[in-house]
Amino acid sequence: MAALLPTASGTGAVAAEVPVEPPAGMRRRRWIPYALLAPGLLWLAVFFAYPVVQLFMASLWNPAGSVETGYVFDWSWSNYADAWQMFHVQFLRSLWYALITTAVCLLLGYPLAYAIAVKGGRWKNLMLVGVIAPFFTSYLVRTYSWKAILSDSGPVVDFLKWAHLLGPDGRLLATEFAVIAGLVYNFLPFMVLPLYASLDKLDVRLLEAARDLYHGPVRSFLRVTLPLSLPGVVAGTLLTFIPAAGDYVNANLLGGPNTQMIGSVIQSRFLVVNDYPIASALSVMLMVTILVLVTVYVSTAGTDEVV
Amino acid sequence: MHALWRWIADKWVLLVGLLILLYLFVPIAVVLLLSFNQPGSRNTTYVLDFQTFDFTWNNWTDICGAAGICDSLMRSIYIGFGATLISTILGTLISFALVRYRFLGRSGTNTLIFLPMATPEIVMGTSLLTLFIGWQVPLGFLTILIAHVMFCISFVVVTVKARLAGLDPRLQEAAMDLYATPWQAFRLVILPLVLPGIVAAALLAFSLSFDDFIITNFVTGTSGYETFPMFIWGSNLRGIPPQVNAIASAMFLISFAFVIAGQLRNRRRSARRAATS
Repeated sequence: MAALLPTASGTGAVAAEVPVEPPAGMRRRRWIPYALLAPGLLWLAVFFAYPVVQLFMASLWNPAGSVETGYVFDWSWSNYADAWQMFHVQFLRSLWYALITTAVCLLLGYPLAYAIAVKGGRWKNLMLVGVIAPFFTSYLVRTYSWKAILSDSGPVVDFLKWAHLLGPDGRLLATEFAVIAGLVYNFLPFMVLPLYASLDKLDVRLLEAARDLYHGPVRSFLRVTLPLSLPGVVAGTLLTFIPAAGDYVNANLLGGPNTQMIGSVIQSRFLVVNDYPIASALSVMLMVTILVLVTVYVSTAGTDEVV
Repeated sequence: MHALWRWIADKWVLLVGLLILLYLFVPIAVVLLLSFNQPGSRNTTYVLDFQTFDFTWNNWTDICGAAGICDSLMRSIYIGFGATLISTILGTLISFALVRYRFLGRSGTNTLIFLPMATPEIVMGTSLLTLFIGWQVPLGFLTILIAHVMFCISFVVVTVKARLAGLDPRLQEAAMDLYATPWQAFRLVILPLVLPGIVAAALLAFSLSFDDFIITNFVTGTSGYETFPMFIWGSNLRGIPPQVNAIASAMFLISFAFVIAGQLRNRRRSARRAATS
């Protein structure tokens, strides 16, 4: 788990998971760690774990109820079938968009992380600041800014029309392209930071050794750099895929009716339609799907450093 | 010609990297540009059209001019401070326990800390809303604060733990060999060394809280306790006031200036250290 987040110092901290032996005086007081853990873990248990269980229960409420009359819990597994029936298109679309987003982020993020870690030199820290710079403005404003950039009278559409890459009525907003472009932009830093953390630890002498052994640049990248940065790749893809799959801001602001994602459906089912059983079922489906995908992915990628 | 190719072969990775970095700044530049635009109507705040661009200082001189905008900003700052304070304390305590002690239930603890980071925000938002409705907790300041602390804790733990794990455990023993009590050793030796990690964690927590929209959207309800992101979202229908761009630009410029100043200070300090040693 430690490798999921790069730290301020950029060392990534895959370091000692093994606890150090406490000094003799402290060893006897066994209650101390529990006292340290209690407040935080209690908070997570009450406001994270328990609500997720509640959500699962709510997904089995009888759908005949309503906010006014209250709901009855009667193991209505049919909610899941109904939710799938109604919204499988948006559900699969979200996973698909998240997958494309992750792939594009990896494609853009790897060269950037590599450039910073290996070629950055004395500009390393400044470039890292550049990577997190988008976070200094608001998430919604950034997404709205893309709306302006991709707007029908905006520069990108003008250029594409001029180059005849887009028909006279063509537009970018309300297309898959706009939604995925927004997702890629918003989650790219989450890809770059863990990649940077693992590339930064790369010993350049290994690359020199590969060259001395007559490996070309491509082969030494594939056989040395890439395998060694694998923990960063795994952490980065997870940190991109998970929020992208559940996002509804980009789909709502940049997309149209044909690009709706599951997040938008859950949000409107919960907050607008107040259809709690179906909305809860969709949430649980999303969470379980992601957890299963993450577990399978992490175990195939074979980096136990991540979790 | 040969030299040019050589140069390109050597630097192309850096050039590609810089281009991608430039791309990260494009929307920020657009927001800054739009902060000087007087949109024809509120629905065209986010239309970038150089033909209709109407230069104005008004969005900056009258930055609180849109009803409720600065109130929402203040609420975001309050919530941000509160969530940062609580989550930094709770998270730091957890990371001390994880790094410094052996105890039963360690892997369970790790799982409970990992899960919120592996859960899409929308799931946390919906589940918290379900909880609050079930308990009939009125939505508003308190529920927003609870939610923000919850999703910040894990990030604090990971950040502080990284710093703590890199610390030599013998430092504490050395302090105690010199007759420091455990508390003195902690306060005078360990804490100052871990402090940069705690500060980094607090900054991370603040920015996560300040900018959160997805979860906040669920736990705000109709309370009217509108944070800045909620203000922007709520303005969607009646049109977003152009002052939003001025505030977002100011936020960017201020934080960017702080970080760059910090970087420069570090660089100067390490240069001085290199010169004296």
